[in-house]
Amino acid sequence: MKTTTTVIIGAGQAGLAFSKRLADRSIDHVLIERGEVANSWRTERWDSLRLLTPNWESRLPGYAYDGDDPDGYMDMAEVVQFMQGYADTTGAPVQTNTTVKSVHPADVGYVVATDHGEWHCPTVVLATGACNIATVPKVAADLPSAIKSITPMQYRNPQQLQDGGVMVVGASATGVQLAREIQRSGRQVTLSVGEHVRLPRLYRGRDIKWWMDVTGLMNMSYTEVDDIKRARGLPSLQLVGTPERSTLDLNALREDGVRIVGRLAGLHDGKAQFSGALGNLCALADLKMNRLLDSIDNWATANGIDGEVEPARRFAATQLDPEPTLGLDLTTAGIKTVLWATGYRPDYSWLNVPVLDRKGRIRHDGGVVDAPGMYVMGLPFLRRRKSSFIDGVGDDARDLVNHLCSRLHRQAA
Amino acid sequence: MTQTDTQTTPANVDNGVNVEALLGAREALDAAPEAAQFKWRTSCEWVNGTHSRSTVSGFFGLGEEQARSKDFTIESDHPEVFAAEDHAATPVEIVLSGLASCLTAGVAAVAQHRGIQLHSVKATLEGDMDLQGILGIDDDVRNGFGNIRVNFTVDADASEDEIKALVAQSQKRSAVFDIVTNPTNVFVTVN
Ligand SMILES: Cc1cc2nc3c(=O)[nH]c(=O)nc-3n(C[C@H](O)[C@H](O)[C@H](O)COP(=O)(O)OP(=O)(O)OC[C@H]3O[C@@H](n4cnc5c(N)ncnc54)[C@H](O)[C@@H]3O)c2cc1C
Repeated sequence: MKTTTTVIIGAGQAGLAFSKRLADRSIDHVLIERGEVANSWRTERWDSLRLLTPNWESRLPGYAYDGDDPDGYMDMAEVVQFMQGYADTTGAPVQTNTTVKSVHPADVGYVVATDHGEWHCPTVVLATGACNIATVPKVAADLPSAIKSITPMQYRNPQQLQDGGVMVVGASATGVQLAREIQRSGRQVTLSVGEHVRLPRLYRGRDIKWWMDVTGLMNMSYTEVDDIKRARGLPSLQLVGTPERSTLDLNALREDGVRIVGRLAGLHDGKAQFSGALGNLCALADLKMNRLLDSIDNWATANGIDGEVEPARRFAATQLDPEPTLGLDLTTAGIKTVLWATGYRPDYSWLNVPVLDRKGRIRHDGGVVDAPGMYVMGLPFLRRRKSSFIDGVGDDARDLVNHLCSRLHRQAA
Repeated sequence: MTQTDTQTTPANVDNGVNVEALLGAREALDAAPEAAQFKWRTSCEWVNGTHSRSTVSGFFGLGEEQARSKDFTIESDHPEVFAAEDHAATPVEIVLSGLASCLTAGVAAVAQHRGIQLHSVKATLEGDMDLQGILGIDDDVRNGFGNIRVNFTVDADASEDEIKALVAQSQKRSAVFDIVTNPTNVFVTVN
């Protein structure tokens, strides 16, 4: 059995940033990665995906985007190159093509068992990602067998789908992006919409992510937010990164011909039932967006930049059919495929330490897991609103490495 | 979270809702989800014609049977145009009232939580029904409401958007709104 001070599991941005912070403190460690660096970006994304965060926001400790298009959005090849470049620059000690099969407590610290041997370590970092498994709701089991079911993990491009209608369930980042792409491929899309976060791509001439960054919203700490449980469960932003920098909200999708229906509430005898609460969910999203725009306007005035940016404005309320469809016979409606864009969750099946709550979520306080010497990275609002973004792992890794160091220090003393 | 939340409620805002107790309950039930399993009940007896009387009494919750200080009765009948005696509201009007009460209570609770003083809240509801459904004239027409419209008039110390947000949040957390907008399995047995 090999030993090291810290085993980091996963070489995505979270693991790599943690590794850099450990190296800066000269702490001996290893990164175990089942594939190559940035494996999730290489193997689990659809073909057309671009980041929804602008290039300038790809910032990691000691490394950042330095190309000539700071306002652009990287495609997957560019993201992989960016991450690989980071691993190379920092000289991260990554052991690739090695899968962690189990982590269990030892007398002191943990044993990390891989398909290439075991490691013993006093500290371990779970940087395996928040999006390992596509979540599919229970109603999926009642789908007629003739209709194909697919998740965003399996989806690559519209050509992969049969001709005919597609029901996309879920209207957060993944759902709205795929709904548009599939609709534009000539397949009629029905988009089932639950709770969602509506945002314009540009506001007052600047990227909405720029505003969210400068106003301090993305930096907000998990200790400052009113209801952290709710904040951690919020759906992703309705945003897409395109060269045109266009907004992708329900109104834009409707213009493309996408049919908007309520949350999928049931499936019985091939008939889908949609919630009648659609209007309210859209009203909530519009109100929430306007509150954000209000706070941006206030910030702009307080910081004296009203003259530098375009004037304040408000966007049209979400338009719905006067009587949105409540039920749809999927077969009669010509729906051949259902795409479940209903979120992602982490996979901890290899974790043999009792740190999961009854809903399978890891128990942690800002990334300090409820087990001595164990840390987790990259989860939504782990320590800050930006924690699950590329831009967020640097600060989180700094805080958690500080915690880890003082722990090692205490133990040595 | 209780700390920050109670801070947001200025002491002088009083809508008659004990938000601290509700938040305390939320925390307690989060820790003990078994206690959050409730069962609500009613029993109904036929009186005559379309006239019936329901009695609401105990319920199950917090892990045990809960008794009420007294029983409540809800009568129901149909109006004279249905060749009935109009002793009480129709069942569908009671459903609308249930929706209205649930949303209105929600507005008060959310307002208290957000530190908004209410002066008056009035909800007016209307549900469309095509009688060809219940009369079996046309199979394509459903029995229940086509559309339900709810209109709120709220006088409160808050901006227009804040009031809209109160009403929206109340819908989001309303049991009856959910019951009305989403399907529910109903199992009926006969002794
Ligand atoms: C569709 C999609 C789009 C996104 N777009 C953006 C965006 O535009 N901007 C942004 O900032 N964020 C975006 N994110 C969020 C986030 O940046 C990504 O999810 C990112 O991949 C998270 O990085 P990570 O290092 O936490 O996890 P990952 O990148 O998932 O890295 C985890 C690594 O752990 C490895 N691993 C997992 N299990 C094991 C095991 N048992 N043994 C060994 N190795 C293992 C995986 O192979 C993987 O390489 C997006 C996420 C998704 C799903």
